[in-house]
Amino acid sequence: MRQGARKAAVAITSITAVAALTLAGCTADPETSSTGGPTPDSTGGTDGLITDAQREEALNTPTELTFWTWVPDVQDQVDMFMAEYPEIHVTVENVGQGLDHYSKVRTASQAGSGGPDVVQIEYQFISSFAQTGDLLDLTPYGANDIAGDYVPWVWNQVLLNDQVLAIPQDSGPMGNLYREDIMTAAGITEPPATWEEYKTAAEAVRAKTDSYISNMAPGQGAGWLGLLWAAGVKPFSYDGAENVTININSPEAKEVMAYWQDMIQNDLVSVDPDFNDEWYAGLNSGKYAGWLTAAWAPVFLSGAAADTSGLWRAAPLPQWDASSPASGNQGGSADAVLATSENPIAAYELAMWINNAQEPALLFNTQQNFFPTQISVLEDPVFVDQKNDFYGGQEVNKLFADISTTVDTEWQWLPFMEYAYSSGNDTFGAAVAAKGDLAAGLDAWQAALVEYAEQQGFTVNG
Amino acid sequence: MNKAIKRKQQLVAYGFILPFFVVFATMFIVPLAYSGYLSLFAHTLVGGLKFVAFGNYVRAFEDSAFLFGLGRTALILLIQVPIMLGFALFFALALDSGRARGSKAIRLLIFLPFAVPGVVAVLMWGYIYGQNFGLTGQIARGLGLPPTNFLSDSLVLFSIMNIITWAFVGYNMIILYAALKSIPPELHEAAEIDGASQLRLAWSVKIPMIRPAILLTVIFSIIGSFQIFNEPKLLVELSPTAIPQGFTPNFYAFNLAFVNQDVNYAAAIAFLLGFVIMIVSYVVQLSMQKKEHRS
Repeated sequence: MRQGARKAAVAITSITAVAALTLAGCTADPETSSTGGPTPDSTGGTDGLITDAQREEALNTPTELTFWTWVPDVQDQVDMFMAEYPEIHVTVENVGQGLDHYSKVRTASQAGSGGPDVVQIEYQFISSFAQTGDLLDLTPYGANDIAGDYVPWVWNQVLLNDQVLAIPQDSGPMGNLYREDIMTAAGITEPPATWEEYKTAAEAVRAKTDSYISNMAPGQGAGWLGLLWAAGVKPFSYDGAENVTININSPEAKEVMAYWQDMIQNDLVSVDPDFNDEWYAGLNSGKYAGWLTAAWAPVFLSGAAADTSGLWRAAPLPQWDASSPASGNQGGSADAVLATSENPIAAYELAMWINNAQEPALLFNTQQNFFPTQISVLEDPVFVDQKNDFYGGQEVNKLFADISTTVDTEWQWLPFMEYAYSSGNDTFGAAVAAKGDLAAGLDAWQAALVEYAEQQGFTVNG
Repeated sequence: MNKAIKRKQQLVAYGFILPFFVVFATMFIVPLAYSGYLSLFAHTLVGGLKFVAFGNYVRAFEDSAFLFGLGRTALILLIQVPIMLGFALFFALALDSGRARGSKAIRLLIFLPFAVPGVVAVLMWGYIYGQNFGLTGQIARGLGLPPTNFLSDSLVLFSIMNIITWAFVGYNMIILYAALKSIPPELHEAAEIDGASQLRLAWSVKIPMIRPAILLTVIFSIIGSFQIFNEPKLLVELSPTAIPQGFTPNFYAFNLAFVNQDVNYAAAIAFLLGFVIMIVSYVVQLSMQKKEHRS
């Protein structure tokens, strides 16, 4: 149970977890760091790839690696790695979570020393770190060899400009968790298949019970973007250099938000902030009869709302077009190698092995309760056929494994997601909280993003 | 005393204060100079570092987020500080009059909130303000009233003012109370013999006598108001959309540095904030001193 709560903390983070850092502790490097790291081309095989001989040598040389991650109990996977490669010694350090972690990675990276070799990084922040040249391109180390092991949309998340920048660890395709008892009380027997049905169901829930069909947290930027992702909207793109596309107020995005504005203004969904005590209480008390959320949430919820065990069920997201089901992703992490690493081969092997080798990778799913990214695990009966008592014995893993295949593969992020989330909170999020004009909120968000991007020297395409 | 000995004594004296200056220079002057230096550059994600002279400062004057933050601080100064100091003065005078029973216990109780660490206090108030499951929400529901969202867009500033008042009334009261205690008792006695009431005594004798202490509390409060950080930083978790990035200038500087990756602009904002505090404090001090001369 406890693990559930920590698990969510792992996967969500987004903009919520920032520890207080003093300004005095922060220094900016006057030089822009864009260290390329050791280039394997000069020493490697003829095709630029690391040769087996080099790999053998690196893995049999006594080496010290540092690994920054906030994944609980990851030491177990690292111990397996050290047993496999006894010459490599890995120190796991948890330097914080979310923005706290990232600001330390940035500082170390810009200083050029004192940083780790391997870092945990959420998919949504990969391009932010790639833009500043902090991440090592893993293709020369053989990362392309494992591309086929992963669900295509997940693998696409670690790619930028044909470079593999991290090894996937977990993911969060989105679905709909709901209270069956409350839905039944409202006269709804089947989970809504379309958004239209969802609205009808929401009206019934409001009319016949004291609940809301779900809570749409105004500041949950990653969740709102996940819903756009599921609707096939592509608000962002980045070419890996200086060109960004920002289109958060496109007609398609506004259409999705018009639906939600209608729901919010008719009091069919609540708009409470999430992941605080009030919200937890709301999940337990039945104020919220559902939650549109990611694949890491089922386990998290069974810890956060333990009193309601057996009452919940899982379903796919309602659809815009029921004939071609689609979903988005919210959260999930990968492990990357920093460009400043002095032992890139060993560092790559660490990032790759713990996430790709069967034994440690499976442990992430059974012990840390991560939602898998490898096709083999997603099809493994041990994982898929698991019945979950919290969901009345439903095979929740199977459901989300199916959803994972419907996630749009082409979603991209901006290379400054920290700002994108905080400005989104101040503009769009504020409009949600005020139950106001969401289209105007998107316009304000767009304006803030464009202004920031231009001020930061990017070329912005509408 | 001959010159050689005097010289030696002076040297020894400098030796004694040297550690202070070393710490002062390395911990205060150097970081200050360094951030002043940083504030003259602009770092962009594309293009890197450029010298922009006072460009960051110019940008700040056109930055609505920063100006709104200053505006909120000004509101706190105009509304919260007078209320807080009014209460502090009232309690100090009441305790000093010696007419309240159990004054020691009361003094301690009023001072107690100041002893609660700021972060803990904000977390506690965050619970009290909770609309659904917090204390005020439960009480309202118990009375059959609709619960108020104290952390909404329109109320959050006043909720924060309330927290600050709660935390600092006792602190200011102690300063004023100590000053009241140092007034020679002959003055009270003389006034009382002349038939002055307690009110008259407070207004015409005590308050004028502790004017320097009042000035001190005003200056402290001004500096404190401009430096508000804990409250928005912690309450933003509970009410993310009611507290924008630039809620207070200090909070804005933090967000600029650690969210927007704009350390240089953050340094400029921090410097500007320092100047604003200096100017406001100076103006207040000057105007209060003028009054003193007139009276």
